Order: sequence, then C-alpha cells, then structure tokens
Amino acid sequence: MSEPIQTDVVIIGAGPAGLFAVFELGLLDLKAHLIDILDRPGGQCTELYPEKPIYDIPGLPVVTGQELVDRLMEQIKPFAPTFHFGEQAAGLTKLPDGRWKLTTDSGKELIAPVIVVAAGAGSFVPKRPPIPGIEAYEGTSVHYAVRKMDSFAGKNVLIAGGGDSALDWTLNLAPIAKSLTLIHHRDGFRAQAHSVNQMRELVAAGKVNFHVASVKALHGQNGQLAAATLAGHDKKEWQIDADAFLPFFGLTIKLGPIAEFGIGLHENLIPVDTAKFESEQPGIFGIGDIITYPGKLKLILSSFHEAALMAQAAFHICRPNEKLRFQYTTSSSNLQKKLGVS
Amino acid sequence: MKIYATDRDGKEIEIEGREGWTIMEMLRDAGLPVAAECGGACACATCQVYVEDGWYEKLTPPADMEVDMLDMALAVEPNSRLSCQLVCSEELDGIKVTLAPE
Repeated sequence: MSEPIQTDVVIIGAGPAGLFAVFELGLLDLKAHLIDILDRPGGQCTELYPEKPIYDIPGLPVVTGQELVDRLMEQIKPFAPTFHFGEQAAGLTKLPDGRWKLTTDSGKELIAPVIVVAAGAGSFVPKRPPIPGIEAYEGTSVHYAVRKMDSFAGKNVLIAGGGDSALDWTLNLAPIAKSLTLIHHRDGFRAQAHSVNQMRELVAAGKVNFHVASVKALHGQNGQLAAATLAGHDKKEWQIDADAFLPFFGLTIKLGPIAEFGIGLHENLIPVDTAKFESEQPGIFGIGDIITYPGKLKLILSSFHEAALMAQAAFHICRPNEKLRFQYTTSSSNLQKKLGVS
Repeated sequence: MKIYATDRDGKEIEIEGREGWTIMEMLRDAGLPVAAECGGACACATCQVYVEDGWYEKLTPPADMEVDMLDMALAVEPNSRLSCQLVCSEELDGIKVTLAPE
C-alpha cells in the first residue's frame, strides 16, 4: 500500500461548500484535499440541476448549477487543491498525535489535523429497485454499471430504465448477449431519439424484447440469477430467463459511512457551533447542507459564510504557533500574490 | 382545502392544504418522510406519489420535464406524479395521494 497522504485539511464533498472552503483555507495558506464519490466537482449542482438557473447567489443575478461550479473551480485554481474523485470517505480514526486519518473505499489514506465534512445530503449512489432480496445478487448478477462488456456475452440480459444508460447498453449488449430484454414503465423514453429508434429496429428484427413492465421478483441461488418475474401495468405477471439484471435508474443520495464516524449525528445532520462550525469532535468541522444549528438554512450562500468561519478556526488547529493575520483580498498584496493577481 | 396522504405504513393523514404551496411542501410540512432531494426543482424524482381514486385524471398532465424525471424513478405506476409539480388549489380539495416507496 502507498504511503498515507499528509496535508492540512481533508474536505469530504466537492460541492459548492467544499469548493469554496478551499478558497477560504487557501487564503490562510492551508492546503486541502477533496474526496468525492462522483467523478467531477459540483455535487448536487452538477448532478441534479446543472442546467437550472440559481437566483440567490450574491452578486450573480442568475447562474446555472454548472456555471456556478465552473466559476468556483476558477476561483480556487490558485490554491491547487488535490481532488480524489470516484472515492468515498469510508473510515475516520483519531491518531495518537491528535490528527485524523481518513480512509477511502479504495484504501487510500489521508492524514490531516482538520477534516471538513461538506457532504451535503450524503453520497450519490445508484438507485436500487425495490425488489425483495436484490442485494444478494448485487456484484454477481445485478450491476448498476457495466465495467466489462465481455462478461455479458452469451447471457440472458435484462435491462430496466428509459434513459441513455439503459438504451446505450441495450444497443451495445444486444449483439453479444444470448437474449436481451428491455423493460420500462412506459412506451416512451427520455434517451436520445436516435438510440430509441435503433432499439425499436432491434425489437422489430426480433433481436431485443421490449416490455412495459417492472421486475417483481428475482430467482436464482448463491447470488447467481436465473430468472425474473415481470409484471405489466395490468398486474399480469410472467417469468423470463435472466442471468444478469442491469437497473439504470440514475443516482440517489444516501448518507453512507459518515453515519459511522462518531461525530454526534442528529437526524442525519452534524450539530456544529456557529462560531467555528466544529462538530463535537475537535478538528472535525462541518459546512453546508450536512450540518445543523439553530436557524440553519440549507442555502448555498450559507455554506460560503460557514466555510469562512471554519477556515479561521481550522488555522489555529493546523498552525498552533502562528498568529492569524486577518486581511482583505482588496487591499492585501500578500493575498493578491497568493491569488496570482499581483 | 384538504389533502389525504397515505404514508408508507398505510396510515392516512389529513393535511390542511395551503393555496399555492406544492403538495410536496405540504407533505414535508406535515412531517411525512418525503426526501425531495432537489428541493422541488423537478430534478430528482424523490417526491413521487401515487394519485388515488380518480384524482389523477383531474390533474394538469405532467410536463415533459416531469415525465423525464419519472423515467428515473423506481416503482412508477400509471398514476405516479412528482408531488413537487402539484400545486394546491381549491380544485384539488380532497385529493388523495400515497407516498411511493423510498
């Protein structure tokens, strides 16, 4: 295993709160690493509403979710944060020297005196259809993403969903699968029109089966799927052979391992004080939608304020022997140098 | 106006609707566990309800955006709607909805 990464601050979550925290920490010369389960920055802004306009960011009368994230990325560029995308914060332990060791789900270790939880409502994870016992097949016969196409060669493949992932994999896997069945709750699709047309051609040619249906039950043993019971809207049920099931219903948010971090969660939120935004564990801070305090509002703008105060408190933990010099970006040549503007 | 909402345990509660609020907001205000992850932007489908007893047909049909989002929802039925897109009004007095599974 590689050496643990040592830094000043590890931020869990690269949404707007986590990104702006990099800026506030950077002004105080504190280096940050960010961990996010998604493969790009922005959190809910880019995952849920990249194209939707936001009207309550001070100074920006209208900005889309994606634009806001792009601008934050530009703003924090001078501080060169390190991103660990596609990884989930999995474990947190206190070291004898008082620092924290954060472990990701891929086994990466990061050591820092300060951890900032900016995890929003939690991690984006694939939606799991409400089918009894589906967990037993996950990883063996039920997959929420296709990693190796070859593993579906010669299989009876069942795909559920109506978006681009469902249609793309229907088109890609149909030629190599023994059989391919696509099911969706309606005979209409949000996927690209040309993909839908191609799928309909395959259905007409007898190479893909399409049903307006949902999966009611999975059958098999030892994690190996053999068949699935489908049901139409008329409640009529029937069974088909299925060795692999690929549900594509997008992502949902689950709190995830943070719940086990021992940071005094209350109704899935971290209580913090409003002077430092520190949790009940010294050195673990929280900002943004994941925290609670009297009067808390879940607004992006609130997270910016929270980040600024957090950074001041984090400085005293990271640099206990240094005096914090409070400066303004408008007048401080020192800060302007850090920002690369003077 | 009144909203009759059935939770995931099958218990029905009566909610006093507020004109102009969405049904999602009313359900949450009444303490029902509706995730509404995106905050009512029609961007997540976690406020799905089943509209019962013939009320579905009385509603303004879903816009394309809502139909698209329902494509990504689980356990969608012909009477599924996103409650963030249903605005309380006198015409909906007595509407019955059931929370979709989480």
